[in-house]
Amino acid sequence: MDLRFPDLDPSPEELEALQSVLGPATPTEGWTREQGGPHRAAAVRHLLLPALHALVDRVGFVSEGGLTEICRRLDVPPAEAYGVATFYSMLPVDPVPLTTVYVCEDLACRRGGVPTGPAAEPGTRVVHAPCIGLCEQAPASLTVRSGPKPHHGIASMPPANGSVPQMGDPSLVLLRRIGTPPTLDSYLDNGGYVALRRALDIGPAAVIDEVTASRLVGRGGAAFPTGRKWAAVASQPAGPRFIVANADESEPGTFKDRVLLEGDPFALVESMTIAAFAVGAERGYLYLRDEYRSALGTLEAALASARSAGFLGTAVLGSPLAFDIEIVRGAGAYICGEETAIFNSIEGHRGEPRSKPPYPVEVGLFGRPTLVNNVETFVNVLPILEQGGNAFAGIGTGVSTGTKLFCLSGAVRNPGVYEVPFGGTLEELIERAGGLPDGRELQAVLLGGAAGSFVTPAQVNLPLTFEATRAAGVSLGSGVVMLFDDTDDLGDALRRISAFFRHESCGQCVPCRVGTVRQDELVTRLTLGRRRDGDEQLLRDVGQAMRDASICGLGQTAWNAIESAIDHLGVLQ
Amino acid sequence: MSDVRTSAPGTPVAPPRRKVTLTVDGTETVAREGDTILSVCRSLGIDVPTLCYGDTLEPANACRLCMVEVEGARVLVPSCSREVEPDMNVTTDSARTRHARRMVLELLGSSVDLSTTPRVEAWMAEFGADPTRFGADVATVAQPAKVDNNLYVRDYAKCILCYQCVDACGEQFQNTFAISVAGRGFDARIAVEFDAALPDSACVYCGNCIAVCPTGALMPSTEFDMRADGTWDVSRQSETTTVCPYCGVGCNLTLHVQDNRIVKVTSPNDHSITSGNLCVKGRFGFTHVQ
Amino acid sequence: MIGLITAFGASGGTSSYAEVENTDVIVLWGSNAREAHPIFFHHVLKALHRGARLYVVDPRRTPTARFADRWIGLNVGTDIALAHAVGREIIASGLHHSEFVANATQGFEEYRACVEPWTLERAEQVTGVPAEAIRELTHAYATAAHAQLGWTLGITEHITGVDNVLALINLSILTGHVGRPYSGVQPLRGQNNVQGGGDMGALPNRLPGFRDVEDTEARARLDRVWGTSIPPRNGMHLTSMFEAMERKELRAVYVVGENPAQSEPNSGHVVPLLEGLDHLVVQDLFLTRTAQLADVVLPASAAWCESEGTVTNSERRVQRVRKAVEPPSGARDDIDIITALAQALGADWPDQTAQQVWDELRSVSPDHFGMTYEHLEAAGGLQWPCPSTDREEVPYLHARLWAAEPADRGRPAPFSSVEWKPPLDALDADFPLRLTTGRRLDSYNTGVQSGAFSTPLDAGETVDMNPDDASAHALAEGDRVRVSSRRGSIEGPVHLDPSLRPGLVFMSIHAPDVLDVNVLVSEASDPRSGVAEFKATAVRVERADPVPSHT
Repeated sequence: MDLRFPDLDPSPEELEALQSVLGPATPTEGWTREQGGPHRAAAVRHLLLPALHALVDRVGFVSEGGLTEICRRLDVPPAEAYGVATFYSMLPVDPVPLTTVYVCEDLACRRGGVPTGPAAEPGTRVVHAPCIGLCEQAPASLTVRSGPKPHHGIASMPPANGSVPQMGDPSLVLLRRIGTPPTLDSYLDNGGYVALRRALDIGPAAVIDEVTASRLVGRGGAAFPTGRKWAAVASQPAGPRFIVANADESEPGTFKDRVLLEGDPFALVESMTIAAFAVGAERGYLYLRDEYRSALGTLEAALASARSAGFLGTAVLGSPLAFDIEIVRGAGAYICGEETAIFNSIEGHRGEPRSKPPYPVEVGLFGRPTLVNNVETFVNVLPILEQGGNAFAGIGTGVSTGTKLFCLSGAVRNPGVYEVPFGGTLEELIERAGGLPDGRELQAVLLGGAAGSFVTPAQVNLPLTFEATRAAGVSLGSGVVMLFDDTDDLGDALRRISAFFRHESCGQCVPCRVGTVRQDELVTRLTLGRRRDGDEQLLRDVGQAMRDASICGLGQTAWNAIESAIDHLGVLQ
Repeated sequence: MSDVRTSAPGTPVAPPRRKVTLTVDGTETVAREGDTILSVCRSLGIDVPTLCYGDTLEPANACRLCMVEVEGARVLVPSCSREVEPDMNVTTDSARTRHARRMVLELLGSSVDLSTTPRVEAWMAEFGADPTRFGADVATVAQPAKVDNNLYVRDYAKCILCYQCVDACGEQFQNTFAISVAGRGFDARIAVEFDAALPDSACVYCGNCIAVCPTGALMPSTEFDMRADGTWDVSRQSETTTVCPYCGVGCNLTLHVQDNRIVKVTSPNDHSITSGNLCVKGRFGFTHVQ
Repeated sequence: MIGLITAFGASGGTSSYAEVENTDVIVLWGSNAREAHPIFFHHVLKALHRGARLYVVDPRRTPTARFADRWIGLNVGTDIALAHAVGREIIASGLHHSEFVANATQGFEEYRACVEPWTLERAEQVTGVPAEAIRELTHAYATAAHAQLGWTLGITEHITGVDNVLALINLSILTGHVGRPYSGVQPLRGQNNVQGGGDMGALPNRLPGFRDVEDTEARARLDRVWGTSIPPRNGMHLTSMFEAMERKELRAVYVVGENPAQSEPNSGHVVPLLEGLDHLVVQDLFLTRTAQLADVVLPASAAWCESEGTVTNSERRVQRVRKAVEPPSGARDDIDIITALAQALGADWPDQTAQQVWDELRSVSPDHFGMTYEHLEAAGGLQWPCPSTDREEVPYLHARLWAAEPADRGRPAPFSSVEWKPPLDALDADFPLRLTTGRRLDSYNTGVQSGAFSTPLDAGETVDMNPDDASAHALAEGDRVRVSSRRGSIEGPVHLDPSLRPGLVFMSIHAPDVLDVNVLVSEASDPRSGVAEFKATAVRVERADPVPSHT
């Protein structure tokens, strides 16, 4: 690096804020500096994103002086640091007020019209944001305040238990502890750490055997067999390997992981520890979307108490297992939920997906074998070890095993997260949530979120299983079940979906970078009556190219919901 | 004697690569482990179009023009980066690949000025691409060229965001890291910190970004000015490869001469010393013989 | 070149650039390759990204040093002390390659005794490098599976330049890091044909093919080819030429493509000597400062783009230079000029093409015999030795040292028990600061060629000082200062450079018309190489009066 820094200094506030991440300022340049070079730079690069957060937490934005100081301390080329900061929606590089209100303008929150949010006050800015994961309380907003105190100022964030209408139902498995205090004592009183003790008893290979026997598949959307993934990581040649919990829950309409993180944080800590034991990892990363400020506080407290009680650290539960977890905050980028983009983000690079192969189980975080699972996937490991993998496999349909969390939102009487064994139909689930509000008729259901598909009222008998949805040409995705009634404007929903993908495309590949823009332009023309000859074919042509030729799942699925709406709901007729 | 040395004199570092048998467009062929589908196609004389692929750089995987079908894969596969596997069955020319290539060309052609991109016109014809289908009122990256130094011009209206300049400036060759991709999505762009001008950046004017730019978005000022004046005429140019006079490393220079004047300096991509790269003196220090 | 000949019997760097990419530890000693040899440094960077570690030994924390895992910032002129400390630590830690030392070297015991006094502690006192840093460097280099040691003018432009090189070569043979793939020593050449010029015999003690002038057999072979009798004695190197001018023994000088009026040390002294000659002929592309002093100027074409021929780079690779543009009217090819001169002097030299001259060289230099123009063309350049017209040799030299059969090993590589001496130009109360000189990225030598183009990097020539030194002198950025040595003084603006350690002053050599650093530098030189002590001048810095403004 021909590091050349602008002749700019951080403010005292910025310097102090950076100290919490980078330590006290030391002479970083000049003749007294002996160590350096690309190896040292690579070793500290993962501190870039936390350092950028520290600036924004304190002064609201990434100033030139602050960025320069980070670059000096971490040997990051300023152009790269700027490239990273501007990748994320929540790291502004221009001066902004200390308070930001993120007003959700996404599918569930805009059903009553595009939210305007509060009137802009002095010292406050209002940002219209993609889904902030509070769909059960639509319309929702999130207020973030920067200032001297870290992780301050969360507004309109509800307790998780308000989001689980089934709370207290003894049949609940994954949600059984929602409503109990998120403390270690309470966790231990409610069956906590039984699974880890069993894992330590039976050994890593047997843990993987149990997970394999359970036939658990990933809950993040791709439905990959979890046991196979764990076994693949465990079988890699010796050397460091990592665990990543994907808590970047950003699919519009999805909020189940938020409820788990806020309401049962130790479940994730325990299940990540089991995974680490099974695959031989010493370090885990919990990548949390930065909109989940309440969960951040809960998780930080949980990690601290787990560490002090010996559930994390160099000798977990007195065993030879050494494992700890670090929280990495996302910064407003849907793409970082992609399993390789998440690595780049944690490493301090732009959160762009990597080309696969190689797959994460071989070359993942920091170039090492890595197990990356969704939060819901991880916590399923607890019942698997408690009941045994075969018993777990007995729940559900045999193909889709265990229970599933569904996020009901939109035109439904009791929105929230529901846990049901696999096998029930869409109609049963809707009924469980109280059906539609009085006098409303179902127009469509969006399954799986913006990357999912619309189904029609005629399809409400569809069993919500992986096999049945696959056969119907739709996807369960992350468990979104968003209802639209007869008053909803589906054209508006389609425009929102196309705008969402245009906003969230990372920009790396042409089909997605330009395709999502052209899709948005065409959807806008087609749904607002400005259709030109050939527009619909053009939209299909773009969609097919995005699906076939994009690098990652974002581009590959960006046309799914729109296509299904055209083909099955006839929205363009 | 120390026992840490593991290799005897003459021991090569890498073991020989295994043979891989695969089928490309119905023809069984033998390649080496680590070869890409693209390299196999080229050795078979199959012309797979590429834009973001530079033969001196790691595949950027960005343009998606070189997509091929691989039996069993859910989506198309980038031939530039995908390595061959035993029994792989590759189809380079199918309705799906032609559609993807056509759309990539239409998407780029409707948003970027491709007027100085070699071969693109022929590909448009071959794949039936018509970028005007989207209409004239769509988003583009049109913008004025950045002329902020006397050595080269950055005309980002022609940028397809292939990442090659960033890779050449960064880890793969120059390690200056003066530029990066900033922003996201359609707003993604090549920039220095805070979108400053080049003279305020770490740029050392090696021009190795120019050498890898596939579209003419990056151009030496000599070429940019001559094109603007209408005097740039490749048909009147000769190319002569010689050795740089500025130090003892021995970089090969290819001098592009028009009317007995050096109008551009490049270095051969297949030259073992430079791999197409030069320093500021080699690329721009020719004016003393003008 | 002398150092390499002494140790290995051949005057080239032992490795190739491509090998650098695959090595494990790289030590750049007195080399700011990032700026002075940027494309060589690309190969170093490839190695770093493969995981190789880089150590940069330099008094300045140069742009090169910033890429290093560790910068070893030694005091100017203490290279031998540091190298000996490294050697001693290698032996003391049992890290020397005893088998290689026994089989392929000689003089080990004497060397061991020579370095024995150089404990890490003593070296720290002399070099200013912390003992722990010397230890790290030592262990990294000695325990690497493969290691490269490179140097440049930071090593050679000292009165002990040859000994400096020998002290570094000692380390390579001590560890067996030579004569193997990916391990070796690399002197980086400053001009595009320094290596080739020497190989062709353009040295006072060498014949084409780098044969020794005093080698009767080699001389006799050339005598036969050329039908003449070569004088059996070495010529004068540059420094001795000026000494001879001073003694009025040398009265006529023919300068080809050099600018000694500005490139030589103590230039205030050099110009009168050139002016005092009976006859001065200068052959150059430009009317340089030296050419302005000449009685006759022979305008030459630019060898790199206005004529045909070959040059040889730092990895011994001979490559073709080709004519791309017509030279300005009146300028002629060097071969034409020399041939015409010979003809005018009555010799019956035929007019020859570059290729004919090259084929003549091939006929007298077995190491070049295989390099026909066709072979050079097909291979894109060839490294010597190249005895065969249809085959390339391994890219590294001296594999013979590792041969299983003692008879195949050839002459053992000798250790050189050289002694450290401080720079001749000593610091004292009058001249308390150490001036060292170097190059900047966008400029070249005296600026004759690079001065014709401008880059945004050009911030003007400055006198660079440590900020603490500057404040001790009550100087701020841009203040005009007078820099004085025992030979003269010059004035220029000061630049505060925190990468310079206290006590060190840096100036570039590129703009003698603006800031002629060679006025300050001593002509004291290494008696064997004739290379002057450019890198270690004792100076004093004082505030100067501002330049009178013309308002």
